[in-house]
Amino acid sequence: MLKQIGASALFAGLAAGVLAALLQLWFVVPLLLEAELYESGARAHFTDGYVGSDAGAPPLGDALGRHMGTLAINIVGWIGFGFVLAAGFALAARRGVAVDARRGLLWGLGGFTAVALAPSFGLPPELPGTVAAEITERQTWWAFTVVATALGLALMAFGRGPAWLAGGIAMIAAPHLIGAPHLDRYFGAAAPELAALFSTRALGVSAAAWAFLGLAAGWIWSREAQRA
Amino acid sequence: MTTKTIASSGALSDIATIAFAAVLGLGLIFAAGFSHAGGMHDVAHDSRHATGFPCH
Repeated sequence: MLKQIGASALFAGLAAGVLAALLQLWFVVPLLLEAELYESGARAHFTDGYVGSDAGAPPLGDALGRHMGTLAINIVGWIGFGFVLAAGFALAARRGVAVDARRGLLWGLGGFTAVALAPSFGLPPELPGTVAAEITERQTWWAFTVVATALGLALMAFGRGPAWLAGGIAMIAAPHLIGAPHLDRYFGAAAPELAALFSTRALGVSAAAWAFLGLAAGWIWSREAQRA
Repeated sequence: MTTKTIASSGALSDIATIAFAAVLGLGLIFAAGFSHAGGMHDVAHDSRHATGFPCH
């Protein structure tokens, strides 16, 4: 059991972390670097005689050490997601549900829904320079939403009968009925186009990496199960 | 009786293994996504923003 969990989590998590970092560096980090030009005041929006602001990101090559940090943290985080996912596989196996690559893909999409899509519904991925509510309040709501959504999805997937389904929907809805912490003013300095593209790209990269993590972890899981 | 004991201790160690894996995973996620210890915030800054974790 430990070997099966460890192999799925480590190999799939490592590969998913590298994939996520590469996709982030290609599609998301340039927008992040561009936003820092607004954050530092090097670029400004809606100044006197406004005729739009320049578009274009600084080159990635100017901060290679910084991007190695992004790679390292992604690997750590995605191996973490891999362990939680594989622990879920093991719980499912105890209930007689076998996981393979295809079912792993569904688990991965569930992970995306719980860890990226649901919290983003209340707290969109933040462009650097975003002024937002108190960090601990946002982290608390974020973590509560992730746990409630994951449990809600599990109730819907594994529960028997309409009461479990209704309970699952209620758990997924609850954080949004309570509402995420927000300020009562807007402070955005960067172009709204940039913030919107940043949020959708961050979600898209998460979707790709979660799908890959689930597929790869499920594939390794079923191979290890055949060996055991 | 012996068989039952072995079976239940096997189930117990399975649960312990699953719990260990989940706690290890959550610890790694906390380090990557939430921790402000040492230089963690600076190193993790870009990946936290890009993954949608609340950062500042």
